[in-house]
Amino acid sequence: MLEDVRTRWHPIAATDDLPLRHVFHGQLLGREFAVWRADDGYVNVWENRCLHRGVRLSIGINDGRELKCQYHGWRYSNRTAGCTYIPAHPADAPARTITNRSFQAVERYGLVWSSEDPRGDLPVVEGIGEDDLLVLRAIPVNASAELVAQRLQSYRFQPNSEIAGTGTNIELVAATEAAVALRSCQGRAETLGVFFVQPVDSGRSVIRGVLSGRPNDAQLTAVLRYHNEALSKLREDLEREAAALPVPVPIEPIFERVSEELASLPELDSRGRKAAIRVQVARKWQTADGIMAFELRPIRGLLPTFQPGAHIDVHLPNGLVRQYSLTNGPGETDRFTIGVKLDPASRGGSQCLHDSVREGDVLAISEPRNNFPLRRDALKTIFVAGGIGVTPLLAMAQTLNNQSLAYELHYFAQNEQQLAFSECRQALGNAVMPHLGLSPSDTVNELRRLLSPYLPDTQLYICGPNPMLESTRSLAAEAGWPEAAVHFEYFKNTNVIDDSSSFEVALARSCLTIKVGAGQSILEAMRDAGVDLPSSCEQGACGTCLATVIEGEPDHQDVYLSPSERASGTKIMTCVSRSKSARLVIDA
Amino acid sequence: MGEFRCVDRSLLNDWHVVAERSALMSNSAFTTRLMGHDLQVTLDGRYNLRVVELDTGEEVCSDSRYGFIWACLGRPERDIIYLPETNEADRHLLSGGSIAVRVSGLRAVENFLDMGHFPFVHTGWLGDEPHTEVLPYNVTITAADEVLATDCKFLQPFASPTARAAMLVDYIYKVFRPYTVALYKSNPLDPDRKDLIVLFIQPVDEENCIVYSYLCYLKQGLEAAAARSFMQLIFAQDKPILENQRPRRLPLDPRAETPIRADAVSVHYRRWLRDRSVTYGAIAYPV
Repeated sequence: MLEDVRTRWHPIAATDDLPLRHVFHGQLLGREFAVWRADDGYVNVWENRCLHRGVRLSIGINDGRELKCQYHGWRYSNRTAGCTYIPAHPADAPARTITNRSFQAVERYGLVWSSEDPRGDLPVVEGIGEDDLLVLRAIPVNASAELVAQRLQSYRFQPNSEIAGTGTNIELVAATEAAVALRSCQGRAETLGVFFVQPVDSGRSVIRGVLSGRPNDAQLTAVLRYHNEALSKLREDLEREAAALPVPVPIEPIFERVSEELASLPELDSRGRKAAIRVQVARKWQTADGIMAFELRPIRGLLPTFQPGAHIDVHLPNGLVRQYSLTNGPGETDRFTIGVKLDPASRGGSQCLHDSVREGDVLAISEPRNNFPLRRDALKTIFVAGGIGVTPLLAMAQTLNNQSLAYELHYFAQNEQQLAFSECRQALGNAVMPHLGLSPSDTVNELRRLLSPYLPDTQLYICGPNPMLESTRSLAAEAGWPEAAVHFEYFKNTNVIDDSSSFEVALARSCLTIKVGAGQSILEAMRDAGVDLPSSCEQGACGTCLATVIEGEPDHQDVYLSPSERASGTKIMTCVSRSKSARLVIDA
Repeated sequence: MGEFRCVDRSLLNDWHVVAERSALMSNSAFTTRLMGHDLQVTLDGRYNLRVVELDTGEEVCSDSRYGFIWACLGRPERDIIYLPETNEADRHLLSGGSIAVRVSGLRAVENFLDMGHFPFVHTGWLGDEPHTEVLPYNVTITAADEVLATDCKFLQPFASPTARAAMLVDYIYKVFRPYTVALYKSNPLDPDRKDLIVLFIQPVDEENCIVYSYLCYLKQGLEAAAARSFMQLIFAQDKPILENQRPRRLPLDPRAETPIRADAVSVHYRRWLRDRSVTYGAIAYPV
């Protein structure tokens, strides 16, 4: 019986219960929901518990794009309910798998509908027009839904236009365990009233009435008051009746356990780079000279949660795999937007996207990975972008902007026509500062000016062509920036990889020792042995295939690790780096 | 669920605070509840303390210490906790008040052990955004079987009633017993010594508790009333958060909630409770 009820759709709120930036506390069959509308209109129905410590999210903050828990400031994204930021660890990207339980939501008849486990469609009501209806005030009743639905069958009311009259005819149009439809007729006046019963708990319900036809302004208050009084009377009778019955046991909601993945490393079942998600190119447009923008939407379901700084692998029709940063702001979870610069020396990646891929095409992409996480505990953040390097920094700037944290985005390009994503930049206002047409030496002077003096509690993020990135890093070091405050992402690794060495790698957790020969990477040798690591660019730039070194001396050839990370000898990028010692022990 | 009585022997045979002594009126009975048992506390004159279980009319073990009335429902297996700081003459020794909270006392202990919430719950006092990072600290189980967290540091705008400026505060946390927890916190005026705050938590039932705070602050530059009001200000900020935790009992299943590195002390606390078979106020998880 309860199983039946769980699979049905129920109203849990009125559309009007979700005004701008509000979080509504809903309940169905003993289970609480945090119900909130994002600024893009999407209605989120989530388990009313933060996954961290169980605090109700209905007391959280709806910032229009994300819901922030009151207890520790964890942020959960619109649509996906994935956690995007954990303030206690500002340097880390939260595991993608920290995702709150969410439930489907549909808005119909002025109500928000949901279900624990919906089978089938929402009930269709004949005679109630979506644009011409009146939602009555919700009436909570301390009685079971079954009893309430039964007694509602004898509810009597005047049609809207005869609200002050008496003696109407009532016809029972339909009655189920969850709703009663009644038609009130007097002369030519006629109003259909549909009364849905929301089962809040075993002994508690809410009557949600909807009338056909919205009365004119003069009658509106009278109609609302009329039903409020009549339904409140019904409520009193019902509660008196229910009080004489045995008290039903409240329904205990079953909270899902968090995934085991969060406690241990995930098992990877297939090998190589994954492209589990299919997206459609919903829009393709030229956003600057030589730069095409692509808006990718999911074929079905939702896209996974991303964080600012994340990138995806795009698997191209010609078999190549390329990495692109997401430019989306927080909560913009219905699409991924990337910018692709046509590389004159293209080996077929950017060329293919520019020339062959069209709107409507389907592409395979990976889950977003974030190896360029954004701290949000600085008093000020400085972003330095060169050309197309602006893409991850735009995502970051929108994030700080949304949280009202101070930042500057310095965008270096040859001319105005080369500045990409103008809409996004305009929304950020004066915090975005273009620096146009500077010679290499003027660029250095400008950067020196921007980076000095170094002030404590400031963070620097750089993304751009390699020469600019190198010079920005050394200018920052000169100006006294600590290495830990300087974050960077290279487009690609231009180092010539020396893969002539051969050595042995012991995989501590897999209890395997493998040989890595000349011309073969550690990553390839591991995959040959059946041990997989996620990877993305496979050229030592993106940081995805990072492994922990337990013993031995790595031969670093990547551009991802910082000098101190390299010097520590505890990390290695397995796609390009090798071993100086005859044996390397890694934690895999 | 809330009415279930306690079956944990170690809790039944331990001492719990059931009243603040100064709040009792002489010769008039005060009723309270401890682990589902209704108790009547009477203080006749200065010395005649009686705590009687209402259902049976039988007297249970009782005592008075640190300004609180203590009771033990079973046979005491150990003495009331000893706090050496109470012998130091230059400390205030006072109650910070007793506050009823509609949540398991174990959740209240865990909240007391948590630094990550300072910028969000105690904004402008014990923390402030964007300074939200919880730096690594150490957790051990002591030879006396207590959970001890050391090297805890947090940047606090108004760390204590005598603080004048933001300071990086050093903390040591210690869980003495399942429902007793303390923190030692750097004193703003005397950097070599620490203020001590102890919470004695009365498990009223599994989902209700009364939190008694015992303040052992250095007297220098501090009025007793200021110490009390600071404690009440801070605790009043915690109470609404605690009362919105679901479920109300503390889950001991490691997969029930999502711990992060900053939660190392609560991970140890939950494991410590589980290993000692403490189930009252918890959602048990078989080892």
